[in-house]
Amino acid sequence: MSDISQNNTSMGWFSAIIRHRSTWPIVALCVILIVDGFISPNFYEIRIVQGRLFGNLIDIMYRAVPTALVAIGMALVIGTKGIDLSVGSIIAICGAVISWRIHAGDTHFVILLYALGAGVMCGVWNGILVAGMGIQPIIATLILMVSGRGVGLLINSLYGGTNPSFESPLLQGLSTGHIWLIPTRLFVAAAVFLGIWLLIRRTALGLFIEAVGGNASSANIAGVNARFITFLAYVICGLCAGWAGVIMTADIHTSDPISVAMYIELDAILAVVIGGASLAGGRIYLGMTIIGALIIQALTTSILISGLRPEYNLVVKAVVVLFVLLLQSANARQAIATIFSRLKR
Amino acid sequence: MKVKTILLGAAVASGLFAASVSAQTIGFSQVGSEGDWRPAFSADMQSTAEEMGIELKFANAQGRQEDQLRAVRAFIAQQVDAIIIAPVVVTGWDQVLQEAKDAGIPVFLADRDVEVDDPSLFVTRISADFNLEGRLAAAWLAAESRGGCNIVELQGTVGSAPAIERNSGFMAVIDQFPAMEIVATQSGEFTTEGGKRVMEAFIKSTDNLDGICAVFAHNDNMQLGAIQAMKEAGLNPGQDVLMISVDYVPAIITAIEAGEANASVELRSAIGQFIYPVVLEYLANPTELEKWIVIPSDLHTAH
Repeated sequence: MSDISQNNTSMGWFSAIIRHRSTWPIVALCVILIVDGFISPNFYEIRIVQGRLFGNLIDIMYRAVPTALVAIGMALVIGTKGIDLSVGSIIAICGAVISWRIHAGDTHFVILLYALGAGVMCGVWNGILVAGMGIQPIIATLILMVSGRGVGLLINSLYGGTNPSFESPLLQGLSTGHIWLIPTRLFVAAAVFLGIWLLIRRTALGLFIEAVGGNASSANIAGVNARFITFLAYVICGLCAGWAGVIMTADIHTSDPISVAMYIELDAILAVVIGGASLAGGRIYLGMTIIGALIIQALTTSILISGLRPEYNLVVKAVVVLFVLLLQSANARQAIATIFSRLKR
Repeated sequence: MKVKTILLGAAVASGLFAASVSAQTIGFSQVGSEGDWRPAFSADMQSTAEEMGIELKFANAQGRQEDQLRAVRAFIAQQVDAIIIAPVVVTGWDQVLQEAKDAGIPVFLADRDVEVDDPSLFVTRISADFNLEGRLAAAWLAAESRGGCNIVELQGTVGSAPAIERNSGFMAVIDQFPAMEIVATQSGEFTTEGGKRVMEAFIKSTDNLDGICAVFAHNDNMQLGAIQAMKEAGLNPGQDVLMISVDYVPAIITAIEAGEANASVELRSAIGQFIYPVVLEYLANPTELEKWIVIPSDLHTAH
């Protein structure tokens, strides 16, 4: 995932590690996990319950999957210097589609395709607005962000919608099931990650996205179809959100367009940024984005087990995130180092 | 005899006629249509008005106070007999309520409260009592556990009125019982997803809910999430642990029937039958009313 061990002999391995972009997020994740060990003595315990691994560490990976899936797509969009605020609404729409088609009696495998298709359609819509019509991404995706949950409610009302809960062995198998001892959704996330990693790193797509994000007009002059690349990034982001929608909807056994995945776009953007990318575009770090999602979920889980009053949750989260971002900022590190050296004098 | 009957009939008929002519016109300004509960509340207000022969002017503010103020001013201009408001927010009402008072139109509040300097600006507030819901849940739990119970609580959105009131009502009752205690509490943001996530963490931090006798959730959605989390961890919600929540939505009814939940306090959406009689009574006979008329809560259990 990262190449910490690779060092530059002239700089010395220690300073190479400190300067490496992967170091600080991983340090932050470790610190959170170590603090958790003090909060809860049996934090690292992993048992086998109901035929699957069961424990806080598993929970963190398990719960991070939807954010990680959304963040993978978000990383591509941010790579093009864009942003997708509508991912939570896309999840809501996918959930409504799933519940609607299950009540209509379709085959569950077909429903999975419908749900992912709905995600892709949403991505196409965003892509047309951003790449086709040249609307600024934050505004273009705001449209679907605002309207998407309403669309979800309308889809729910197609079949009455008073009790949208459902059971689906296939979808719930993907979301809450397990293969051997490992939760299925980890395989889903790994597969999506691998697929997109191959797509952007084993083809020129990643390079093109970074070129477009770095400077769209130069990329165009160099022969990259900037509009098409941007469009494609939003479509892939829609597909990733669609997968997250399948996982989350099957998890709660119901379609809840008003509140499902509320603020997931913020967590996803945060994961991408913690992973070292810049909102100014031009960089994609998929692996570090996953670390970012794990940090956010580790934080959430620690707050839940800490016994802190719920009023403090968001404040604690904000403080820790600020701390992680400061660690990453070379300027902040330098300022702290200067203060320390002055104090020594 | 025959003449008398005819006269009586005519009197009854004219009485009916008079009643239909003087049918009361009521303006109802609804805050919006979020969630499951509020659309049901709106639909009930409309159908109950029809049944009771009230001419209802319904305005949905879609969550915007300026729309709500505009709707109330429109009702004043149309000279309705009474105005019912389900407010978006608590502040900013003084001026428009004064306008209604100057026009001689009584204003009633449904559901949420307002903060005004002059309490005579509205007649009364008619709503359910979140605090009572909490007390009712705790009272049931106290009886069921014979006054001894370690409870985990799934709170609603931090700082929201239902979360604050359901918690304080619940605490007020369990404080009467030295052996009843909330051992863990967290916010599940009123969502199924939130309830499930919090319960998964609780299951680990309390060693599979060891020694826990009950789960109190501020709404059914979170409780449904908690039930799923417990089942996935191999626990038996409803049997090993008492499950009580608030709302009484269709999915919790199914869960109660399946023995996975034990009780739910109903948050009634069919409250037109409680609101209109107060309004009509006041129009017929304007007297000073209590500033808050509580709609009784109901508790549903498996048996």
